[in-house]
Amino acid sequence: MSEITPAEWTAILLSLRVAVIATLVATPFGIALAWLLARRDFWGKSVLDALVHLPLVLPPVVTGYLLLLSFGRRAPIGAWLADNLGVVFAFRWTGAALACGVMSFPLLVRPIRLSIEAVDRRLEQAASTLGAAPWQVFATVTLPLALPGILAGMVLGFAKAIGEFGATITFVSNIPGETQTIASAIYSLIQTPDGDAAAMRLVLVSIVIAMAALIGSEWFARRALQRLHGN
Amino acid sequence: MLRVDITKQLGDFALEATFTSEGRVTGLFGASGAGKTTLVNIIAGLLRPDRGTIALDDTVLDDTAGGVHVPPHRRRIGYVFQDARLFPHMNVVENLDYGRRMNRLPDDPVQQKRVTELLDIGHLLDRRPGKLSGGERQRVALGRALLSKPRLLLLDEPLGSLDEGRKVEILPYLVRLRDEANVPMVYVSHDPAELRQLATQIVMLRDGRITALGGVKVLTGTMA
Repeated sequence: MSEITPAEWTAILLSLRVAVIATLVATPFGIALAWLLARRDFWGKSVLDALVHLPLVLPPVVTGYLLLLSFGRRAPIGAWLADNLGVVFAFRWTGAALACGVMSFPLLVRPIRLSIEAVDRRLEQAASTLGAAPWQVFATVTLPLALPGILAGMVLGFAKAIGEFGATITFVSNIPGETQTIASAIYSLIQTPDGDAAAMRLVLVSIVIAMAALIGSEWFARRALQRLHGN
Repeated sequence: MLRVDITKQLGDFALEATFTSEGRVTGLFGASGAGKTTLVNIIAGLLRPDRGTIALDDTVLDDTAGGVHVPPHRRRIGYVFQDARLFPHMNVVENLDYGRRMNRLPDDPVQQKRVTELLDIGHLLDRRPGKLSGGERQRVALGRALLSKPRLLLLDEPLGSLDEGRKVEILPYLVRLRDEANVPMVYVSHDPAELRQLATQIVMLRDGRITALGGVKVLTGTMA
Protein backbone atom coordinates (compact mmCIF):
# COMPACT_ATOMS: atom_id res chain seq x y z
CA MET A 1 0.00 0.00 0.00
CA SER A 2 1.34 3.46 -0.92
CA GLU A 3 2.35 6.38 1.29
CA ILE A 4 -0.04 8.61 3.18
CA THR A 5 -0.65 11.74 1.05
CA PRO A 6 -0.43 15.35 2.34
CA ALA A 7 -4.22 15.67 2.10
CA GLU A 8 -4.63 12.61 4.26
CA TRP A 9 -2.09 13.95 6.75
CA THR A 10 -4.15 17.14 6.96
CA ALA A 11 -7.20 15.11 7.96
CA ILE A 12 -5.23 13.01 10.47
CA LEU A 13 -3.64 16.04 12.15
CA LEU A 14 -6.95 17.89 12.21
CA SER A 15 -8.62 14.90 13.83
CA LEU A 16 -5.90 14.73 16.48
CA ARG A 17 -6.14 18.47 17.17
CA VAL A 18 -9.94 18.39 17.37
CA ALA A 19 -9.94 15.35 19.69
CA VAL A 20 -7.17 16.69 21.98
CA ILE A 21 -8.82 20.11 22.38
CA ALA A 22 -12.26 18.54 22.86
CA THR A 23 -10.92 16.24 25.59
CA LEU A 24 -8.90 18.89 27.40
CA VAL A 25 -11.77 21.39 27.47
CA ALA A 26 -14.37 18.78 28.43
CA THR A 27 -12.35 17.24 31.27
CA PRO A 28 -12.81 19.97 33.95
CA PHE A 29 -16.55 20.02 33.24
CA GLY A 30 -16.55 16.23 33.28
CA ILE A 31 -14.84 16.10 36.69
CA ALA A 32 -17.23 18.66 38.17
CA LEU A 33 -20.26 16.82 36.84
CA ALA A 34 -18.93 13.39 37.86
CA TRP A 35 -18.36 14.70 41.39
CA LEU A 36 -21.88 16.14 41.55
CA LEU A 37 -23.40 12.86 40.37
CA ALA A 38 -21.19 10.75 42.66
CA ARG A 39 -21.28 12.77 45.85
CA ARG A 40 -24.33 15.04 45.97
CA ASP A 41 -28.05 14.48 46.17
CA PHE A 42 -30.13 17.24 44.66
CA TRP A 43 -33.43 17.80 42.98
CA GLY A 44 -33.26 16.90 39.27
CA LYS A 45 -30.20 14.68 39.62
CA SER A 46 -31.69 11.88 37.50
CA VAL A 47 -32.65 14.40 34.82
CA LEU A 48 -29.09 15.75 34.75
CA ASP A 49 -27.74 12.20 34.60
CA ALA A 50 -30.01 11.42 31.64
CA LEU A 51 -29.04 14.68 29.93
CA VAL A 52 -25.33 13.79 30.16
CA HIS A 53 -26.00 10.39 28.58
CA LEU A 54 -28.31 11.75 25.89
CA PRO A 55 -25.61 12.11 23.15
CA LEU A 56 -24.88 8.40 23.61
CA VAL A 57 -28.40 7.33 22.61
CA LEU A 58 -29.65 10.14 20.35
CA PRO A 59 -28.97 9.80 16.61
CA PRO A 60 -25.72 11.79 16.13
CA VAL A 61 -27.42 13.76 13.36
CA VAL A 62 -29.94 15.02 15.94
CA THR A 63 -27.14 16.18 18.28
CA GLY A 64 -25.39 17.86 15.35
CA TYR A 65 -28.59 19.58 14.27
CA LEU A 66 -29.28 20.79 17.83
CA LEU A 67 -25.74 22.20 17.95
CA LEU A 68 -26.41 23.99 14.65
CA LEU A 69 -29.66 25.41 16.04
CA SER A 70 -27.93 26.76 19.16
CA PHE A 71 -24.30 27.45 18.13
CA GLY A 72 -24.77 28.32 14.43
CA ARG A 73 -23.75 31.78 13.22
CA ARG A 74 -27.28 33.21 13.59
CA ALA A 75 -28.39 30.97 16.42
CA PRO A 76 -28.88 32.59 19.84
CA ILE A 77 -25.79 31.24 21.65
CA GLY A 78 -23.60 31.19 18.53
CA ALA A 79 -24.35 34.83 17.66
CA TRP A 80 -23.75 35.98 21.25
CA LEU A 81 -20.39 34.16 21.45
CA ALA A 82 -19.28 35.56 18.08
CA ASP A 83 -20.26 39.15 18.98
CA ASN A 84 -18.96 39.20 22.54
CA LEU A 85 -16.04 36.76 22.66
CA GLY A 86 -15.16 36.45 18.99
CA VAL A 87 -15.59 32.67 19.21
CA VAL A 88 -17.14 31.15 16.09
CA PHE A 89 -18.10 27.49 15.90
CA ALA A 90 -20.03 27.24 12.63
CA PHE A 91 -18.03 25.56 9.84
CA ARG A 92 -14.78 25.89 11.80
CA TRP A 93 -12.54 23.26 13.37
CA THR A 94 -13.61 24.69 16.76
CA GLY A 95 -17.14 23.58 15.93
CA ALA A 96 -15.84 20.10 15.17
CA ALA A 97 -14.15 20.13 18.59
CA LEU A 98 -17.44 21.23 20.22
CA ALA A 99 -19.38 18.45 18.49
CA CYS A 100 -16.74 15.86 19.45
CA GLY A 101 -16.66 17.15 23.02
CA VAL A 102 -20.42 16.84 23.40
CA MET A 103 -20.56 13.40 21.77
CA SER A 104 -17.71 12.00 23.88
CA PHE A 105 -18.88 13.60 27.13
CA PRO A 106 -20.86 10.59 28.44
CA LEU A 107 -17.87 8.30 27.90
CA LEU A 108 -15.60 10.80 29.64
CA VAL A 109 -17.86 11.28 32.66
CA ARG A 110 -18.65 7.65 33.39
CA PRO A 111 -15.18 6.33 34.42
CA ILE A 112 -14.54 9.53 36.40
CA ARG A 113 -17.82 9.14 38.25
CA LEU A 114 -17.09 5.49 39.03
CA SER A 115 -13.61 6.31 40.29
CA ILE A 116 -14.92 9.10 42.54
CA GLU A 117 -17.60 6.75 43.88
CA ALA A 118 -14.86 4.22 44.62
CA VAL A 119 -12.96 6.70 46.82
CA ASP A 120 -13.65 5.70 50.44
CA ARG A 121 -15.73 8.44 52.04
CA ARG A 122 -14.27 7.48 55.40
CA LEU A 123 -10.90 8.73 54.14
CA GLU A 124 -12.55 12.04 53.28
CA GLN A 125 -14.00 12.20 56.80
CA ALA A 126 -10.57 11.46 58.27
CA ALA A 127 -9.13 14.33 56.19
CA SER A 128 -11.76 16.74 57.50
CA THR A 129 -11.03 15.84 61.14
CA LEU A 130 -7.37 16.62 60.37
CA GLY A 131 -8.33 20.17 59.38
CA ALA A 132 -8.96 19.90 55.63
CA ALA A 133 -11.72 22.17 54.30
CA PRO A 134 -14.07 20.53 51.74
CA TRP A 135 -12.10 21.85 48.74
CA GLN A 136 -8.85 20.64 50.33
CA VAL A 137 -10.37 17.21 50.91
CA PHE A 138 -11.25 17.14 47.21
CA ALA A 139 -7.83 18.33 46.06
CA THR A 140 -5.67 16.18 48.37
CA VAL A 141 -7.72 12.99 48.81
CA THR A 142 -10.59 12.57 46.31
CA LEU A 143 -8.83 13.85 43.18
CA PRO A 144 -5.51 12.01 43.60
CA LEU A 145 -7.29 8.75 44.41
CA ALA A 146 -9.60 9.17 41.41
CA LEU A 147 -6.77 10.27 39.09
CA PRO A 148 -6.26 6.97 37.24
CA GLY A 149 -10.01 6.87 36.56
CA ILE A 150 -9.89 10.45 35.31
CA LEU A 151 -7.08 9.55 32.91
CA ALA A 152 -9.01 6.46 31.78
CA GLY A 153 -12.05 8.65 31.10
CA MET A 154 -9.94 11.14 29.16
CA VAL A 155 -8.47 8.41 26.97
CA LEU A 156 -11.90 6.89 26.31
CA GLY A 157 -13.36 10.33 25.53
CA PHE A 158 -10.43 11.02 23.21
CA ALA A 159 -10.99 7.74 21.36
CA LYS A 160 -14.66 8.57 20.89
CA ALA A 161 -13.87 12.15 19.81
CA ILE A 162 -11.43 11.04 17.16
CA GLY A 163 -13.98 8.70 15.60
CA GLU A 164 -16.97 11.04 15.79
CA PHE A 165 -18.70 11.51 12.46
CA GLY A 166 -22.45 12.16 12.44
CA ALA A 167 -22.75 15.18 14.72
CA THR A 168 -19.59 16.76 13.31
CA ILE A 169 -20.58 16.54 9.65
CA THR A 170 -24.09 17.79 10.44
CA PHE A 171 -22.87 20.75 12.46
CA VAL A 172 -19.73 21.92 10.63
CA SER A 173 -19.93 20.03 7.30
CA ASN A 174 -16.95 18.38 5.60
CA ILE A 175 -14.46 21.08 4.52
CA PRO A 176 -10.94 19.80 3.73
CA GLY A 177 -8.36 21.48 5.98
CA GLU A 178 -10.99 23.02 8.25
CA THR A 179 -13.57 20.46 9.38
CA GLN A 180 -12.67 17.32 7.46
CA THR A 181 -11.57 14.80 10.09
CA ILE A 182 -10.42 11.23 9.41
CA ALA A 183 -14.00 9.97 9.57
CA SER A 184 -15.45 12.52 7.14
CA ALA A 185 -12.42 12.13 4.83
CA ILE A 186 -13.12 8.37 4.65
CA TYR A 187 -16.77 9.13 3.94
CA SER A 188 -15.77 11.41 1.00
CA LEU A 189 -13.18 8.96 -0.30
CA ILE A 190 -15.51 5.97 -0.48
CA GLN A 191 -17.87 8.05 -2.58
CA THR A 192 -15.04 8.86 -5.00
CA PRO A 193 -14.35 6.31 -7.83
CA ASP A 194 -10.61 5.86 -7.10
CA GLY A 195 -10.73 6.54 -3.38
CA ASP A 196 -10.51 2.96 -2.08
CA ALA A 197 -6.76 2.83 -1.39
CA ALA A 198 -6.75 6.19 0.38
CA ALA A 199 -9.84 5.25 2.38
CA MET A 200 -8.16 2.00 3.45
CA ARG A 201 -5.07 3.89 4.65
CA LEU A 202 -7.21 6.17 6.80
CA VAL A 203 -9.22 3.20 8.07
CA LEU A 204 -5.99 1.58 9.26
CA VAL A 205 -4.84 4.83 10.88
CA SER A 206 -8.11 5.16 12.79
CA ILE A 207 -7.96 1.53 13.95
CA VAL A 208 -4.42 2.08 15.26
CA ILE A 209 -5.40 5.25 17.14
CA ALA A 210 -8.53 3.68 18.63
CA MET A 211 -6.68 0.52 19.74
CA ALA A 212 -3.90 2.56 21.35
CA ALA A 213 -6.47 4.65 23.23
CA LEU A 214 -8.42 1.61 24.48
CA ILE A 215 -5.28 -0.19 25.63
CA GLY A 216 -4.17 3.00 27.37
CA SER A 217 -7.54 3.30 29.08
CA GLU A 218 -7.36 -0.30 30.34
CA TRP A 219 -3.86 0.30 31.69
CA PHE A 220 -5.03 3.36 33.66
CA ALA A 221 -7.96 1.39 35.06
CA ARG A 222 -5.58 -1.27 36.41
CA ARG A 223 -3.40 1.42 37.95
CA ALA A 224 -6.49 2.80 39.68
CA LEU A 225 -7.05 -0.46 41.56
CA GLN A 226 -3.44 -0.69 42.68
CA ARG A 227 -3.51 2.88 43.90
CA LEU A 228 -6.66 2.41 45.95
CA HIS A 229 -5.01 -0.47 47.78
CA GLY A 230 -2.03 1.63 48.80
CA ASN A 231 0.75 -0.47 47.36
CA MET B 1 -13.16 20.54 79.54
CA LEU B 2 -15.75 18.96 77.25
CA ARG B 3 -19.43 19.57 77.84
CA VAL B 4 -21.97 17.50 75.93
CA ASP B 5 -25.74 17.78 76.11
CA ILE B 6 -27.36 16.41 72.95
CA THR B 7 -30.05 14.25 71.44
CA LYS B 8 -29.93 12.49 68.09
CA GLN B 9 -32.45 10.25 66.36
CA LEU B 10 -31.12 7.81 63.73
CA GLY B 11 -33.91 5.61 62.41
CA ASP B 12 -35.23 3.64 65.40
CA PHE B 13 -32.21 4.48 67.50
CA ALA B 14 -32.35 7.44 69.89
CA LEU B 15 -29.25 8.85 71.53
CA GLU B 16 -29.49 11.13 74.52
CA ALA B 17 -26.30 12.10 76.30
CA THR B 18 -25.41 14.70 78.90
CA PHE B 19 -22.02 14.72 80.57
CA THR B 20 -19.00 16.83 81.35
CA SER B 21 -15.51 15.42 81.12
CA GLU B 22 -12.57 16.96 82.90
CA GLY B 23 -10.17 14.10 83.29
CA ARG B 24 -7.26 13.38 81.01
CA VAL B 25 -8.94 10.31 79.55
CA THR B 26 -12.69 9.93 79.50
CA GLY B 27 -13.60 6.32 78.83
CA LEU B 28 -16.78 5.92 76.82
CA PHE B 29 -17.94 2.45 77.73
CA GLY B 30 -20.76 0.35 76.30
CA ALA B 31 -21.68 -2.69 74.25
CA SER B 32 -21.75 -2.44 70.48
CA GLY B 33 -24.91 -0.64 69.37
CA ALA B 34 -24.97 1.47 72.53
CA GLY B 35 -24.33 4.63 70.50
CA LYS B 36 -20.66 5.20 71.30
CA THR B 37 -19.53 5.84 67.72
CA THR B 38 -22.55 8.05 67.01
CA LEU B 39 -21.71 10.14 70.07
CA VAL B 40 -18.06 10.44 69.08
CA ASN B 41 -19.01 11.38 65.49
CA ILE B 42 -21.23 14.13 66.89
CA ILE B 43 -18.38 15.44 69.05
CA ALA B 44 -16.09 15.40 65.98
CA GLY B 45 -18.72 17.32 63.99
CA LEU B 46 -19.21 14.54 61.41
CA LEU B 47 -22.84 14.27 62.55
CA ARG B 48 -25.08 17.10 63.67
CA PRO B 49 -27.12 16.70 66.84
CA ASP B 50 -30.88 17.15 66.53
CA ARG B 51 -30.89 19.24 69.65
CA GLY B 52 -28.42 20.46 72.23
CA THR B 53 -24.97 21.88 72.76
CA ILE B 54 -21.36 20.78 72.67
CA ALA B 55 -18.59 22.95 74.06
CA LEU B 56 -14.86 22.42 74.38
CA ASP B 57 -13.23 24.67 77.01
CA ASP B 58 -14.81 28.04 76.19
CA THR B 59 -15.61 27.34 72.53
CA VAL B 60 -19.16 26.40 71.56
CA LEU B 61 -18.97 23.76 68.80
CA ASP B 62 -22.66 22.98 68.48
CA ASP B 63 -25.66 24.90 69.70
CA THR B 64 -28.82 23.94 67.85
CA ALA B 65 -30.85 26.71 69.51
CA GLY B 66 -28.30 29.34 68.44
CA GLY B 67 -27.77 27.78 64.98
CA VAL B 68 -24.10 27.06 65.70
CA HIS B 69 -22.38 24.12 64.01
CA VAL B 70 -18.61 24.34 63.66
CA PRO B 71 -17.62 22.02 60.75
CA PRO B 72 -15.17 19.19 61.56
CA HIS B 73 -12.21 20.83 59.84
CA ARG B 74 -12.42 23.89 62.12
CA ARG B 75 -12.86 21.99 65.39
CA ARG B 76 -9.25 20.95 65.93
CA ILE B 77 -10.46 17.66 67.32
CA GLY B 78 -8.25 14.71 66.39
CA TYR B 79 -9.94 11.42 65.61
CA VAL B 80 -8.35 7.98 65.60
CA PHE B 81 -10.69 5.54 63.88
CA GLN B 82 -10.94 1.83 64.52
CA ASP B 83 -9.81 1.21 60.93
CA ALA B 84 -6.85 3.68 60.91
CA ARG B 85 -7.96 5.30 57.62
CA LEU B 86 -4.46 6.24 56.49
CA PHE B 87 -4.33 7.86 53.06
CA PRO B 88 -3.25 5.05 50.71
CA HIS B 89 -1.65 7.37 48.14
CA MET B 90 0.68 8.99 50.67
CA ASN B 91 3.61 7.44 52.53
CA VAL B 92 3.83 7.52 56.33
CA VAL B 93 5.64 10.89 56.49
CA GLU B 94 3.03 12.52 54.25
CA ASN B 95 0.24 11.02 56.34
CA LEU B 96 1.85 12.32 59.53
CA ASP B 97 2.37 15.78 58.06
CA TYR B 98 -1.16 16.08 56.61
CA GLY B 99 -2.84 17.79 59.57
CA ARG B 100 -0.05 20.33 59.92
CA ARG B 101 -0.31 21.22 56.21
CA MET B 102 -4.09 21.52 56.23
CA ASN B 103 -4.10 23.69 59.35
CA ARG B 104 -1.23 25.77 57.92
CA LEU B 105 0.82 25.27 61.08
CA PRO B 106 4.57 26.03 61.01
CA ASP B 107 6.92 23.07 60.69
CA ASP B 108 7.71 21.65 64.14
CA PRO B 109 10.58 19.13 63.88
CA VAL B 110 10.83 18.81 67.68
CA GLN B 111 7.22 17.74 68.03
CA GLN B 112 7.55 15.45 64.98
CA LYS B 113 10.56 13.74 66.49
CA ARG B 114 8.85 13.42 69.87
CA VAL B 115 5.74 11.81 68.38
CA THR B 116 7.63 9.42 66.07
CA GLU B 117 9.76 8.33 69.04
CA LEU B 118 6.78 8.05 71.39
CA LEU B 119 5.04 5.76 68.91
CA ASP B 120 8.16 4.02 67.59
CA ILE B 121 7.37 4.66 63.93
CA GLY B 122 10.67 6.23 62.84
CA HIS B 123 11.63 3.19 60.77
CA LEU B 124 8.33 3.25 58.82
CA LEU B 125 8.45 6.81 57.52
CA ASP B 126 8.91 6.17 53.79
CA ARG B 127 6.51 3.21 53.58
CA ARG B 128 3.04 3.19 52.05
CA PRO B 129 0.13 2.19 54.33
CA GLY B 130 -0.38 -0.96 52.24
CA LYS B 131 3.00 -2.21 53.51
CA LEU B 132 2.23 -1.76 57.22
CA SER B 133 0.88 -4.26 59.74
CA GLY B 134 -2.41 -3.50 61.53
CA GLY B 135 -0.61 -2.39 64.69
CA GLU B 136 1.80 -0.16 62.75
CA ARG B 137 -1.09 1.44 60.89
CA GLN B 138 -2.85 2.24 64.13
CA ARG B 139 0.31 3.81 65.59
CA VAL B 140 0.74 5.97 62.49
CA ALA B 141 -2.93 6.99 62.72
CA LEU B 142 -2.32 8.03 66.34
CA GLY B 143 0.72 10.03 65.30
CA ARG B 144 -1.14 11.67 62.44
CA ALA B 145 -3.95 12.80 64.76
CA LEU B 146 -1.49 14.06 67.41
CA LEU B 147 0.59 16.05 64.91
CA SER B 148 -2.46 18.04 63.80
CA LYS B 149 -2.15 19.52 67.34
CA PRO B 150 -5.72 18.81 68.41
CA ARG B 151 -7.38 20.30 71.46
CA LEU B 152 -9.08 16.97 72.10
CA LEU B 153 -8.34 13.49 70.82
CA LEU B 154 -11.14 11.03 70.08
CA LEU B 155 -10.17 7.36 69.93
CA ASP B 156 -12.91 5.04 68.68
CA GLU B 157 -11.93 1.49 69.65
CA PRO B 158 -8.40 2.00 68.33
CA LEU B 159 -7.57 -1.58 69.35
CA GLY B 160 -10.84 -3.01 68.04
CA SER B 161 -9.48 -4.35 64.75
CA LEU B 162 -6.36 -5.89 66.33
CA ASP B 163 -5.86 -9.40 67.74
CA GLU B 164 -4.86 -9.96 71.41
CA GLY B 165 -1.14 -9.94 70.70
CA ARG B 166 -1.32 -6.63 68.84
CA LYS B 167 -3.46 -5.07 71.57
CA VAL B 168 -0.77 -5.81 74.13
CA GLU B 169 1.71 -4.25 71.70
CA ILE B 170 -0.24 -0.96 71.37
CA LEU B 171 -1.55 -0.46 74.93
CA PRO B 172 1.77 0.76 76.35
CA TYR B 173 1.88 3.45 73.64
CA LEU B 174 -1.57 4.63 74.65
CA VAL B 175 -0.51 4.81 78.31
CA ARG B 176 2.55 6.84 77.27
CA LEU B 177 0.33 9.05 75.17
CA ARG B 178 -1.96 9.70 78.14
CA ASP B 179 0.97 10.54 80.42
CA GLU B 180 3.11 12.54 78.00
CA ALA B 181 1.08 13.97 75.13
CA ASN B 182 -0.87 16.47 77.21
CA VAL B 183 -4.01 16.27 75.06
CA PRO B 184 -7.32 15.32 76.70
CA MET B 185 -8.82 12.19 75.23
CA VAL B 186 -12.18 10.50 74.82
CA TYR B 187 -11.49 6.79 74.58
CA VAL B 188 -14.25 4.51 73.27
CA SER B 189 -14.18 0.85 74.19
CA HIS B 190 -16.36 -2.12 75.04
CA ASP B 191 -13.52 -3.68 77.01
CA PRO B 192 -13.47 -2.78 80.74
CA ALA B 193 -9.91 -4.10 81.15
CA GLU B 194 -8.65 -1.63 78.54
CA LEU B 195 -10.47 1.26 80.20
CA ARG B 196 -9.22 0.35 83.69
CA GLN B 197 -5.69 0.78 82.38
CA LEU B 198 -6.29 4.02 80.54
CA ALA B 199 -9.29 6.01 81.67
CA THR B 200 -9.45 8.54 84.47
CA GLN B 201 -13.21 8.92 84.20
CA ILE B 202 -15.98 6.73 82.80
CA VAL B 203 -19.16 7.51 80.87
CA MET B 204 -21.25 4.37 80.58
CA LEU B 205 -23.65 4.16 77.65
CA ARG B 206 -26.46 1.67 77.12
CA ASP B 207 -29.07 1.75 74.34
CA GLY B 208 -28.41 5.39 73.67
CA ARG B 209 -28.62 6.53 77.29
CA ILE B 210 -26.00 7.24 79.91
CA THR B 211 -26.41 4.75 82.76
CA ALA B 212 -23.43 5.63 84.92
CA LEU B 213 -20.82 8.39 85.33
CA GLY B 214 -17.77 8.53 87.53
CA GLY B 215 -14.37 7.01 88.25
CA VAL B 216 -13.16 3.68 86.84
CA LYS B 217 -14.82 1.88 89.76
CA VAL B 218 -18.19 2.24 87.98
CA LEU B 219 -16.84 -0.50 85.71
CA THR B 220 -16.88 -2.95 88.64
CA GLY B 221 -19.27 -5.78 87.92
CA THR B 222 -19.33 -5.21 84.16
CA MET B 223 -18.54 -8.10 81.91
CA ALA B 224 -15.20 -8.21 80.16
